[in-house]
Amino acid sequence: MDIIIEGIKQAFILIFTLDPEVMGITWLSLKISGTATIISMVLGVSTGTAVALTRFPGRRIVISLINTGMGLPPVVVGLFVTVFLWRNGPLGFLEILYTPASIILAQAVIATPIVMGISLAAMQNLPPGLRLQILALGATRIQMVWMLIKEARLPLLSAIMAGFGGVISEVGASIMVGGNIKGYTRVLTTATVMETGKGNFDIAMALGIILLVLAFIINSILTYVQQRERPR
Amino acid sequence: MKLFRKCIACAAVLLSATLFFEMSSVKTVQAQQKIIILATTTSTQDSGLLDVLIPVFEKKTGYFVKTIAVGSGQAMAMGRKGEADVLLVHSPDAEKKFMAESLGISRRLVMHNDFIIIGPGNDPAGLKGVKSSAEAFKRIAASGSLFMSRGDNSGTHSKEKAIWKSAGINPEGRKWYQQTGLGMGQTLNVSAEKKAYTLADRGTYLALKKSLGLGILVEGDADLLNIYSVIEINPGKWPKVNAQGAKSFADFMVSTEVQGIIGKFGVEKYGSPLFFPDAGKKEESLGR
Repeated sequence: MDIIIEGIKQAFILIFTLDPEVMGITWLSLKISGTATIISMVLGVSTGTAVALTRFPGRRIVISLINTGMGLPPVVVGLFVTVFLWRNGPLGFLEILYTPASIILAQAVIATPIVMGISLAAMQNLPPGLRLQILALGATRIQMVWMLIKEARLPLLSAIMAGFGGVISEVGASIMVGGNIKGYTRVLTTATVMETGKGNFDIAMALGIILLVLAFIINSILTYVQQRERPR
Repeated sequence: MKLFRKCIACAAVLLSATLFFEMSSVKTVQAQQKIIILATTTSTQDSGLLDVLIPVFEKKTGYFVKTIAVGSGQAMAMGRKGEADVLLVHSPDAEKKFMAESLGISRRLVMHNDFIIIGPGNDPAGLKGVKSSAEAFKRIAASGSLFMSRGDNSGTHSKEKAIWKSAGINPEGRKWYQQTGLGMGQTLNVSAEKKAYTLADRGTYLALKKSLGLGILVEGDADLLNIYSVIEINPGKWPKVNAQGAKSFADFMVSTEVQGIIGKFGVEKYGSPLFFPDAGKKEESLGR
């Protein structure tokens, strides 16, 4: 019990004294996971929409693959990304292993199928007559797609939230490809693992609480946007 | 509707800005060939020693050290593949093999502390007063008391296996023998939670002692010496290895200044040093 109270106390101290190291770690987490989410949004929404709106052979297999990808274990992604990015690996020339860029890459790989899968379902869930109706009103193909995306914005924002939630809380890939380097690739989750290893449970709990608060704030903002834009 | 569009615009701007920032920061650091990858054991990080030493080194030389804290086994595996420039490890037998395969160009003694056998206060295996580590392990096996092993090929795990061997016991698969597969700090936490015996390095134990409730039961056996060395990876095998940086770091670790810091590290907080500086000594002379 003591440790829980101590953890909450520590969290408040670290937040309100604006502890520079913790602030740095928090900001880095936000930047890395935010960038990864934006990349996954661009790739996921576009591909999800394209697969939802077109018909092609092997489409069911593609959809199955996307849905499987939604459950990609972060550690497995981390392992593959690490092996590819090794100095002597196939992508070694990029020289980005153990940098923030490599964490962004791994997290984007984790989040993209999540965003893609939910986008796909969202677009498929639109009333089937809507496309014809929009086209009948004289819209071009691009205008039609844009209208449909706007129509599906509620579940699409949920897709983005799910993607962000998946990567900000992920630790397996971040620690493998980032290396938990102080002041450089140490994010909230990897710092929590390390402080636990050091036996500093209060600080670990404090970092965990900061992570939760951060996730809550981001999701609140997105929810606000989502609910405000409720279609009439 | 406007807000939705604004959001997308914001996101796009943020994306390009962040990407630009990341790319430029990566470039500037790497352009100067100023990065060193240090693969090391968890105990040097969990005890807090590297948090003290790395900033001093970076300030002095301008190198940027990427510390990857894993077990000694994994650290050497990284070195074997040329994925690290310099190693700080504590697994002497494996290190000698590593050097014999000319995977490293130099191996220098940095410091030592010792391993200790720790366990719950009620000491069900009756280890108190036992001097020999092999005898202690025999008693653990005989009483079937729970023992937590690192199980990760780390330096500590290698030492533990060597002790089982000299005790003439194969603990694999026994019910009382469990492997955590975790670092030293976490294995100590698990042992504390399960009231199990375990083998630990003194540095990590002292750093975590306050939260553990486990006591030292066996110490001081010559077999329990824990020796840390710094190894520079052979750039002849892996041309991408930063040999200059590795040498600079290894030189730093054995320098008089750093040896002084190591000898004083932890005295203030724990009452005794966590590591004993050994630069320039012979391995055989330790523990005498």
